Amino acid sequence: MSANDIGQLQQVVSDLLAEAKKQGASSAEAGVHAQQGLDVTVRLGETETIEHTNDHGLGVTVFFGNRKGSANTTDLSPNAVRETVAAACRIARYTSEDPAAGLADPELMATNIPDLDLNHPWDLDALQAAEIARECEDAARGHDQRINNSEGATLHTQNSLFVYGNSHGFIGGYPTTRHSLSCAVLAGEGDQMQRDYWFTSDRLPEHLQSAEEVGIEAAQRTVARLGARKIKTTECPVLFKADLAPGLLRSMIGAIRGPALYRKASFLLDQLGEQIFPDWVVIDEDPHKPQGIASAPFDNEGVATTPRKLVEGGVLQGYVLDSYSARKLGMQTTGNAGGVRNARISSTGESLEQLLKRLDTGLLVTEMMGHGSNLVTGDYSRGAAGFWVENGEIAFPVEEITVAGNLKEMFQGLLAVGADNRIPGSIDTGSWLIEQMTVAGD
Amino acid sequence: MTQALNLARETLLDAPGLTEGALSQVMDKLLSHQVDAADIFFQYSRLESWVLDDGIIKEGTHSIEQGAGLRAISGDKTGFAYTDDLILPQLLHAADAARAIANAGQTGRQAIASRSDLPQLYAPINPLDSLSENDKLELMRKLDAEARAQDPRVQQVTVSLVAAHDTVLVINDEGQLAGDVRPLVRMNVSVIVEQNGRREQGSSGGGARRALDFFLEEERALGYAREAVRQALVNLEAVDAPAGMLPVVLGPGWPGVLLHEAVGHGLEGDFNRKGTSAFSGRIGEQVASPLCTVVDDGTMPNRRGSLSVDDEGTRTQNTVLIENGILKGYMQDKMNARLMGLPETGNGRRESYAHLPMPRMTNTYMLPGEHDPQEIIASVDKGLYAVNFGGGQVDITSGKFVFSANEAYLIENGKITAPVKGATLIGNGPEAMTRISMVGNDLELDSGIGTCGKEGQSVPVGVGQPTLKIDEMTVGGTAT
Repeated sequence: MSANDIGQLQQVVSDLLAEAKKQGASSAEAGVHAQQGLDVTVRLGETETIEHTNDHGLGVTVFFGNRKGSANTTDLSPNAVRETVAAACRIARYTSEDPAAGLADPELMATNIPDLDLNHPWDLDALQAAEIARECEDAARGHDQRINNSEGATLHTQNSLFVYGNSHGFIGGYPTTRHSLSCAVLAGEGDQMQRDYWFTSDRLPEHLQSAEEVGIEAAQRTVARLGARKIKTTECPVLFKADLAPGLLRSMIGAIRGPALYRKASFLLDQLGEQIFPDWVVIDEDPHKPQGIASAPFDNEGVATTPRKLVEGGVLQGYVLDSYSARKLGMQTTGNAGGVRNARISSTGESLEQLLKRLDTGLLVTEMMGHGSNLVTGDYSRGAAGFWVENGEIAFPVEEITVAGNLKEMFQGLLAVGADNRIPGSIDTGSWLIEQMTVAGD
Repeated sequence: MTQALNLARETLLDAPGLTEGALSQVMDKLLSHQVDAADIFFQYSRLESWVLDDGIIKEGTHSIEQGAGLRAISGDKTGFAYTDDLILPQLLHAADAARAIANAGQTGRQAIASRSDLPQLYAPINPLDSLSENDKLELMRKLDAEARAQDPRVQQVTVSLVAAHDTVLVINDEGQLAGDVRPLVRMNVSVIVEQNGRREQGSSGGGARRALDFFLEEERALGYAREAVRQALVNLEAVDAPAGMLPVVLGPGWPGVLLHEAVGHGLEGDFNRKGTSAFSGRIGEQVASPLCTVVDDGTMPNRRGSLSVDDEGTRTQNTVLIENGILKGYMQDKMNARLMGLPETGNGRRESYAHLPMPRMTNTYMLPGEHDPQEIIASVDKGLYAVNFGGGQVDITSGKFVFSANEAYLIENGKITAPVKGATLIGNGPEAMTRISMVGNDLELDSGIGTCGKEGQSVPVGVGQPTLKIDEMTVGGTAT
């Protein structure tokens, strides 16, 4: 997409805000996005699907004093601008007076918008994309004789553009790119069939893992599961591998988000300033990380984002708030409308091998299933698969088990975070070693 | 259902000014390469949602989505493109991108013929306008008051109301034109209760392909408020759930999510054509206990998972998946049915015009058996009785599936005793189904709340089952 397009989107945002004013709104905010992409899947060596994606959307929120209404559409035409604002205004006639409603305070608007280097388009046609996906799947299928089927390899690339503005006079927007390559294969042995996958994702095509590496990793993960069995129900230490550990940190972030707090629906209620992790744990958020997958110079309300510490010395330093939840709590927004951007937890420095030694005898979890974490109580119970570890060595693959505990206790019982970070995603972490959980099996 | 078709033609062809000639022109372009099948899916959706929280109507949103998805298929290869501009040049441009999957050099010409042989399983109404705004909000406030009136321990109440009006039109390579107008309404109540510093949640809701008066009938929506509070209060008393293998009795209705995960996904045609499902190649084999007959029925009037016609223009049906424990059939979309040489079943569904159709479930349930539910509970010495569930997930290749109970009780000496905390249950689909030893006579369908996710696409579905007993299943609690 070109600079010209961003001008067009800015115009639509300005039109939306002008129209909102014209229709009587006392304040308003608007966002417009456009996205184009290509998805190509190769399966068993043949191109299976070519999908061209092309999405647009606009959204507007109007305020009449403390009452608000929102509307959105996929249509960017001038007609749609008028009608969407009218729909939002109609909604606002019916919503209640809400003292906490409104835009973020004007003095918090981002004034200096840093270029975070998030736009690296990949000039690639469907044939070239298929070639990369084929190379990836070939590497997986050729890696081990037990690989006997495939769900294919998919190359995905997309360019996005968005502009946000509000009636404080703030307007900002920028292009971003995201590319990914994934591969899933099956392996069989006896009457057992297993599937696993691997993927790589980045804003820069040249930062992706190579097609061959992704394929081989998918194959290795799949083959390693062959022969998996259940284990006896037990209590033991559990090591969550680095590619799953972000889920645990997301549970923590979910519990310190504004809506969970003001609704008192959080197991971390009133924990600000309290020790929630061992004292070596530091968790920081860096929304300005160059080329970061979740980086953003301003949040979804135009508020300047700032690097900060969420946890230091194991103590919770701040919540994750937008202006609404901040007002509900009598606090200040933390620039997190839209979520946490690039969280990273400190490491105790061990490699995966060293963590296995430290685990000694227990469970290495490599896959989680289901949605069994309750953020109100912290109760945690999820399906799992992985490996039984004895004396620091992987003994055999396990499946059809659950791991259960309480997130609060799991955080307190965090013994180590490895230096084996794998995915440069929005949450950057190594593997987590947790002192003790209940593993249910036979 | 000429009425629905005519409405769909008005909205999706007449309003944007597309003629049958223009449609033919786009289809001809799609068919001008060596394709085996092609279709164009037009959609116009309006959705309105309201949220009551903290006792006030906090949010309302109105959304409009419109566009057309164009697909060309050659063998097992699919080309796909879409546009949100319903104008001829954009449709031709998308057709050009989609047909590139196949080599050039074929000419296809099809006259367009409307399908008028389809049933109408729900009225082609716009549920957004089926109650006045004041009546919608009044209903939500009533539920808030009802929930708070149940018990002084209720601290927070959130009520949501969503109405969607989805108009679709699909034309296939044979020139057949099918249309549908799909109303869908959904309400939910969730509460937080507190007692001596302990907080628990409960939630309940329902929905249907109906107008919003659905919620007013028989105090249906008030029932959601009462049920959410009841559940939350039960959880205040919950003790740690057991860990390990136990007999499990599942209550009727929504616990049918078991079937959705344990067998449903594994019987979708795409996975079976590719041989990636634990059920692949097993038609005619015993895959469940002889007490089990499981169907997928897209034809139930007004139900959330039903469709008068699927997203490929195929009439929906009642498909027997498992009969007396024997695997009978798969759920198919057009492409997988053709490639497998099996009949179409009307299960071709897509989240929207911007997504490719796939074989998906509609309403999946188990037929009733002979046992009195009380008799089933009484047969268990020590086990778990689970009546409410959150979501589930399945690995269709290994057959492992999970579903998470959020209201469950211990069974001790044939009696229901203490409530236990939420726990995930895990099993292997074919194995768990074989261990079903008692099936109740109390078939219930869920209240219209299910949403199924597959490859990033969400579609509304239904589930149901009678009370049933699984002799052994792993329960993921913490009490060992």
